[in-house]
Amino acid sequence: MRVGMSVNHTEEMITNRTEADAASPAAASSEELAGASNRPVKWFALRRDIPAWGYRVLATVGFASLLLGWDWLSHSGFINPVFLPTPSKVWHTTLELFGDPTLWLDIKISFLRVTGGFLLAAALALPLGVWIGSLKAVEGLLQPLTEFIRYIPVPALIPLMMIFFGIGELAKVMLIFVGTFFQLVLMVADEIRRVPYELVQVSYTLGAKPGETMRLVLWRAAMPGIFDALRLCNGFAWTYLVVAELIAANEGLGYRILKFSRYLQTPKIFVYLLLLGAIGLALDIAFRRLNARLFHWADTTKR
Amino acid sequence: MKLEIRQLEKVFTTAQAATTRALAPVSFDVGDGEFVSLVGPSGCGKSTLLYLIAGLDEPSGGQMLLDGERVTGPGRERGLVFQNYTLYPWLTVLENAQFSLRLSGNVDITRSTSEAMNHIGQVYSLLDLMGLGEFYNAYPRHLSGGMKQRVAIARALANNPKVLLMDEPFGALDAQTREQMQEMLLLLSRHEQSTILFVTHDVEEAIYLSTRILVFSARPGRILREIRVPFGPERDLDLKLQPAFLRLKREIIDLLHQQQATDFDRCLLLHKLVQPKTIQ
Repeated sequence: MRVGMSVNHTEEMITNRTEADAASPAAASSEELAGASNRPVKWFALRRDIPAWGYRVLATVGFASLLLGWDWLSHSGFINPVFLPTPSKVWHTTLELFGDPTLWLDIKISFLRVTGGFLLAAALALPLGVWIGSLKAVEGLLQPLTEFIRYIPVPALIPLMMIFFGIGELAKVMLIFVGTFFQLVLMVADEIRRVPYELVQVSYTLGAKPGETMRLVLWRAAMPGIFDALRLCNGFAWTYLVVAELIAANEGLGYRILKFSRYLQTPKIFVYLLLLGAIGLALDIAFRRLNARLFHWADTTKR
Repeated sequence: MKLEIRQLEKVFTTAQAATTRALAPVSFDVGDGEFVSLVGPSGCGKSTLLYLIAGLDEPSGGQMLLDGERVTGPGRERGLVFQNYTLYPWLTVLENAQFSLRLSGNVDITRSTSEAMNHIGQVYSLLDLMGLGEFYNAYPRHLSGGMKQRVAIARALANNPKVLLMDEPFGALDAQTREQMQEMLLLLSRHEQSTILFVTHDVEEAIYLSTRILVFSARPGRILREIRVPFGPERDLDLKLQPAFLRLKREIIDLLHQQQATDFDRCLLLHKLVQPKTIQ
């Protein structure tokens, strides 16, 4: 009881806005901003926010130092330039490759493979995860099984995939599917279990039947978390791309990297690696923005 | 009688097959329009009892009757307001209060337009009555604790429950908000003529709000005494300072202290047993 009380108090403090604030959420947030600029910013307070501009500057510094370190290392003579090209060499190669339709074709085909596998995984994992998270009986039936399959390394499945699905696009999509599906099922189930049980209980006392509670309450309350799980799984899907393109591919970002490596074309490898990183980061930001927009009601202070 | 509780009890079995009796068989009635409070030392099983009545927990024995009919499991005729804020965060104040309209159990309301309009009108007036009129479209994350709890009460009442169960609903609020909420609940319960069963550990709150108080013993909880509150339906916060009020408060607090004393004595005894060793 006492533990519950103290939790409530912190919750009270977090959401303890005056009624006037609640009347106009927009006014409340602008007031918060004004309040923040009056007080000195604490840059090293545990788990506290820092100003957005500071965050951006630090992110830029992080990227810039990687670039500078790389530049220094590549010019230092410690490493053979065949293995580590200079940033300017990579930059010129980038410009050169951007003019080449091959690169755009690679991006397109890889994007389609990843997205195909990811969407298929999401379409099946979402309902399954919701059922596993909602009902202990379904959990008992499927969760240990899923955990077991999850630990089989995806590259080890390549031979089987080729036997089952041939060497065409289907095999590649299925490999990405296998790589993300089992993870996603468990993450979705976890998000459902994270919904406070009181929400289920209160729904029952309002007259909701179990099915309605699952559909109207559990699934709905878990949505922001599930969306975040999708973001993470999209990341996994991209990491399995290279593995998938080991199967008799003739194009694609992963395939191309392997091909460049065969001819020791390290500048080109770097271009493709940077491109993969940039695509991943862009998708991540898109997912986060969409999450904040779709689920503006969620209390982000708790995440 | 609205609600009849007959020999309701709860025994918990732990993993080691040991049993703990949380609630001794208790029996009591709640009449139509009554405001009954359950007070008792912490851990006496009063919240357990409320959850049993709400149908959220299975009793180990006994039964309950609502309007003379036996009830089991949860149902919309027994609304519950929790201690924690249990609003649906993705719904606005108005949508939260109207949530039950989305449920199939309410087809009788949603089928007829006039009934639905009637219900919606009722929700609006309920929210206005509770001072939430300007916050129809606010989301719970923008509300203070007191306002969240008002919405939770409105949501439960909008369902027209035969009895409203409340589990320390103001326990997490600060003293000032708490008093405001008590006044509001008092007005509301008279206005709506609701039948309310209220669990609290705050004796003053219990006296101020109730028409009747059931004082529970320490675990396993049983009813020690039933007290009819001798004040009329018209009450204001000033009442809390009246001698008659304070006398009643003292009486109940003394009763509760006797209950806690047994635990306290045990601690003291243990302390005495241990102390000589530590001195040497």
